[in-house]
Amino acid sequence: MIAETQTQPSQRYTKKDLVADHPTWCPGCGDFSILSVFFKLMEKRQVPHEKITCVAGIGCSSRFPYFVNAYGVHFLHGRALPFATGISLMRPDLHVFVFGGDGDAFSIGGNHIDHAARKNVRMTYVIMDNEVYGLTKKQTSPTSPVGFKSKTDPTGAVDHPINPMKKLIAAGATFVARTHSHLPNHVMEMMERALDHDGFSVIECLSECTEFFPGAFDSANPRKGGQFQLVPPDHDVTDEVAAYRLALAPPPGYFGVFYQVKRPTKNALEAGIIEQARQKIGSATPQELLQKTFQRFS
Amino acid sequence: MSESVSRPLTDAVIRFAGNSQDGIQAIGGFLARLAGRTDKDVMTYMTIPATISGGPSIFQVRLGTGEVLSAGDEVDILVAFYQHSYQNHIATLRTGGLLIYDSDAVQPEPNPTRYRTLGVPISSLTVEAIGGTGKDKGKNMFVLGLVARLFDLDLPKLERMLEDYYRSKGEDVVRRVLGAFHAGYAYNLGQLTEDYRFAGAIPRGDRPRVVMDGNQALAYGAIAAGIRFGAGYPITPWSTIMETLRAELPKYGGIFVQAEDELAAIAMACGASYAGYLAVTGTSGPGISLKSEAIGWAVMAEIPVVIVDVQRGGPSTGLPTNVEQSDLNLACYASHGDAPRIVIAPADVEDCFYTMIEAANLAREYSCPVIVLTDQALATRVETFEMPDFSKCVQDLSPTFEPRGPNFKPYANTPDGIAHHAPPGTPMVDGKYPVVTGLEHDESGHPASRPANHVMMVAKRRRKLQVLAGRLPKPEVYGPPEGNVLLVGWGSTRGPIREAVDRARAEGESVSAVHIRYLNPLPPGLDEIFDGFPHIFVVELNDEGLYGYGQLAAMLRARYCNDKIRGINKTDGLPFKVREILDQMRRKLSGLPVDVSAAIVEVGDEGGGG
Repeated sequence: MIAETQTQPSQRYTKKDLVADHPTWCPGCGDFSILSVFFKLMEKRQVPHEKITCVAGIGCSSRFPYFVNAYGVHFLHGRALPFATGISLMRPDLHVFVFGGDGDAFSIGGNHIDHAARKNVRMTYVIMDNEVYGLTKKQTSPTSPVGFKSKTDPTGAVDHPINPMKKLIAAGATFVARTHSHLPNHVMEMMERALDHDGFSVIECLSECTEFFPGAFDSANPRKGGQFQLVPPDHDVTDEVAAYRLALAPPPGYFGVFYQVKRPTKNALEAGIIEQARQKIGSATPQELLQKTFQRFS
Repeated sequence: MSESVSRPLTDAVIRFAGNSQDGIQAIGGFLARLAGRTDKDVMTYMTIPATISGGPSIFQVRLGTGEVLSAGDEVDILVAFYQHSYQNHIATLRTGGLLIYDSDAVQPEPNPTRYRTLGVPISSLTVEAIGGTGKDKGKNMFVLGLVARLFDLDLPKLERMLEDYYRSKGEDVVRRVLGAFHAGYAYNLGQLTEDYRFAGAIPRGDRPRVVMDGNQALAYGAIAAGIRFGAGYPITPWSTIMETLRAELPKYGGIFVQAEDELAAIAMACGASYAGYLAVTGTSGPGISLKSEAIGWAVMAEIPVVIVDVQRGGPSTGLPTNVEQSDLNLACYASHGDAPRIVIAPADVEDCFYTMIEAANLAREYSCPVIVLTDQALATRVETFEMPDFSKCVQDLSPTFEPRGPNFKPYANTPDGIAHHAPPGTPMVDGKYPVVTGLEHDESGHPASRPANHVMMVAKRRRKLQVLAGRLPKPEVYGPPEGNVLLVGWGSTRGPIREAVDRARAEGESVSAVHIRYLNPLPPGLDEIFDGFPHIFVVELNDEGLYGYGQLAAMLRARYCNDKIRGINKTDGLPFKVREILDQMRRKLSGLPVDVSAAIVEVGDEGGGG
């Protein structure tokens, strides 16, 4: 670590400047809404263009970085979080966004959530949950409801699905929110609060797969006759048990910030270790330090 | 060691055999450091049981006044702490050697002719010297004193080292340590001290010498190289590298992360490298299998990253605390698809330091993963080497963020094929930003599966390593460039192979050696070297394989279509002894069958265990 990048303030940009490849998503896919909210958020906040960094694993939603004209990484299936951790720790000047789906987050990459969360690495992780494997054309996902018929469960899914909010709260994430791609204003509000959170912020965003699981989230979509139930205004976001109680609500569940606490970030703690080490050493250069260390070995 | 004991020694092999809690590694460590301070060369060899605590353990030190190339075939002096230590290791003591045993614990069988014996009541004299409570503690310091007296080692320097080392543990500890040490030093060895006296050391260069193990040299090499981020997962014998980096990197403004698993560790390293800070990760055994997918990503995305593989016995959990050179195929080819990367192997402890600097520079220059292939034997052995000139080797690899473009293309299809990345934070003057990906991509990094594009990009990633191959130095032959036998080696076996050459030539045989440092791509000129010899043996610590050739031998046969290439292999998990190399060579030259297992001297705990 860690040079603050020295660049002249970049020019104001608009959403249009952020558009890159045309998304490969199917018409009607919920992911479009999240992409456009992300453009809007960047435009509103004017994160310097050269500092926007998006990381993704594998899946439909993980194509996200290609569609943003910004620094982008398409990494391995399930491993976007540790990759983003490497960026985040060395580059405090960047706010890293990670985008991915339910398979990436809760199946192949399940272990990494726990550790990025408990370490409280500064970044924002948007999980676009469609409750199905879409890129590989309709297999059961770890969030598919029991009974869901897919190519790998022709008679209906039998395995108990993961409850994303429970998992995220238990993992120790310091900002846990839930939203629905059919309500872009709410997505915007959650993403903005996540961006402002100093720590590991994660949003589960229900995002309908119109091709392989149409109507999955209608019950929470007012335009389809559903009910979009906000987190009650008196909910204490620092109360972990209360957050679990919200997470236990039957589908379609609550939307909003379930849990948010302040805890030192890994970024700050590592900077502290460096600071402490440097205090002992004073202004010694790497060359002098190595020389001194090797004298101990002589 | 000279057969005539009354003449000054040029070198001696001392094996300490006890239990892992006896602190016998401390004896070896102090002897090694003393050697470094008195212009003696040293190489150590140790086995640590894989069990957490307890169990038999050995530490072997070879001290010499000339260049020490291997840990030594036979033991000149065996120090046995227990009956089992005596029983398990007496076979390694050479004829005419000296057995020193704790007469309170060991009853050797009478053996008046094969070796000399010296029973010393180590336990009771230690208790007498430092009091009755710490019965098992302190025996190591007593033995250190004994050895110091036997070889007339530099007493004031040793005392100072002990004081320095134990000072932080309190006055009381220092007093007890010195008490035990002096009791050992005061023991009357009689005629023996006349028989074990080193010849005067050969003066070396002006620079002071340092003493460390391979993993330490490697970790500090990474720091000197300018690497400021690392991530890893604990696994033997890689762990000590990550422990050193975790403690040291913050002093240099760097971070080392203990990751949740091997996959996360390499992912974090790739992330930091992408962010502009060349990163290191490393592992052993199963860990390198787990990292394979990300190695392929770094090849595809052309992201530099340095990956250390401290090889141990495999497959699977295998032999966690033993050496093997059986990851070569994996290092060169791990990952699906055509995934060219750079593989280098350091030859000794000093080389570990410089190899890391070279690995960092190659990773950056060719924008690809570089695998540093070391092994358990090199990781744990202690050697002396000249203090590096830090004014020449310390590097600053901080990224820069000057604006790029217009039309910036990280994957431009240039003649040398090398990608050039801009870390995030770099403004693009035309406002067009690049992506990096594991998908096949076009020159700007965007996905492109067009047939012609894949052909072009596969060739580009291969071509840059062909460019590197053309720039690599031609290996030098150790010994005459033409002769009867050429021994080919790589990695930690260079010392024993050179000693084998020396010994064979002294006995009138025409043997030379070549050491291959760059394993992928191979350096130029090997075919010309091979032309000078009718017999070529690739000496490797791995299996002869289904078709009779070890991993490097098979690669060289495929590369050069040279049917003179044969192998000298073994898989007992222990470093090559010089004798083993020569025995196999001679048997193969005379067409005799080679039964490696017949040659193994069973020494119970030397294998290290589970």
